[in-house]
Amino acid sequence: MTKERKMNIREDASWKEMLQGGHIIDAGNAEDFKTGDWRSMRPVWLPDKCKQCLLCWPVCPDMAIPVENGKRKDFDFDHCKGCGICVEVCPFKAIDFVEEE
Amino acid sequence: MAYNLKTLTEKEERITGGHRMCAGCGAPIVVRTVLRALKPEDHAVIGVATGCLEVSTCLYPYTAWKDSFIHSAFENAAATVSGAEAAYRALAKVGKVKGTTKFIAFGGDGGTYDIGFQALSGAMERGHDMVYVCYDNEAYMNTGIQRSSSTPKYADTTTSPAGSEIPGKVQFKKDLTMIMAAHNIPYVAQTAPFRNLKDLYEKAEKALYTPGPAFLNVLAPCPRGWRYNTPQLMEIVRLAIETCVWPLYEVIEGKFILNYKPKNKLPVVEYLKPQGRFRHLFTKENEGLLDEIQKEVDRRWNRLLELCGEA
Repeated sequence: MTKERKMNIREDASWKEMLQGGHIIDAGNAEDFKTGDWRSMRPVWLPDKCKQCLLCWPVCPDMAIPVENGKRKDFDFDHCKGCGICVEVCPFKAIDFVEEE
Repeated sequence: MAYNLKTLTEKEERITGGHRMCAGCGAPIVVRTVLRALKPEDHAVIGVATGCLEVSTCLYPYTAWKDSFIHSAFENAAATVSGAEAAYRALAKVGKVKGTTKFIAFGGDGGTYDIGFQALSGAMERGHDMVYVCYDNEAYMNTGIQRSSSTPKYADTTTSPAGSEIPGKVQFKKDLTMIMAAHNIPYVAQTAPFRNLKDLYEKAEKALYTPGPAFLNVLAPCPRGWRYNTPQLMEIVRLAIETCVWPLYEVIEGKFILNYKPKNKLPVVEYLKPQGRFRHLFTKENEGLLDEIQKEVDRRWNRLLELCGEA
């Protein structure tokens, strides 16, 4: 899902391709950095039990619960670090917490 | 407008995933909620004092911030952001910048209670139109859990290790919210990510859209430093509030308002017990220490009730 970026700093980029002063001109490009591989536990969303109360959405430290048209969708596993805060706040037990394979 | 999660999801997120804060960190929850309180059409200039949040959200060449972001040293986030605010004000006067720009400084407790305190005090006193948000995780977590003046009494940290010499940190926690209230600025509030985050969101909105300086002190649990399992974050916050260890209140133009009064004030042990940093308090030889903590919590709570006219 990498968007078109204004800067392209790769591992093999030379210093000439860097911006002066360490400026980053692509605001919000941390999205391109995947933190999903940190997970040791994995939340599993159960749409049948979910009542769309959205209590899980604002408590995610990794913005990994996408909401569209007022309804949550499945986790963004590219960024979810598997902390399980959403699992605990769900009043309907609609999120399982299992070991990551 | 009434607080409604569904309506709020329509606002674009102003901080992205892919930042390198630990799994289960409280700080990003605080930050995204504060930023959500911005009107979508308003710009923001954000400065962060050195700390977990600063080093983990902006690792070159990545930034998790969608607004203008300034790196800052440990001691001067408030000075940096107040300078940016003054510059924008000057540019606006001659018509060189358009629209509304909001100025926000974030700092951890180390960068706020201790190292950045003079910069904070100065920026608030000078009356800049800015918000300073302290995400209080009660120790220097970024460098490996060293005690700060915000660390609660008898908490085990790497520089106040509980053992045979001392039972954790020997001093009580500094009450920074009260100190900021004593600056007599337009808006001061103490809050936390509680339940559906209404309290935090509404206070952030008030702080941002009250002209002049505002200060928010927000409890942001740290699973690593507090030694609890990551899924428990919201429960730990709830216990801090229900035991009156972290009361929710605001000070508007010098008037104290209590925002939440627990129906049944829980004993402070309920809050201490799930946290490994207080584990040593539950041994036979340290029994008396729990009473001491309870007494201090009660004393501060009763004083707050008096100030809020609720006693």
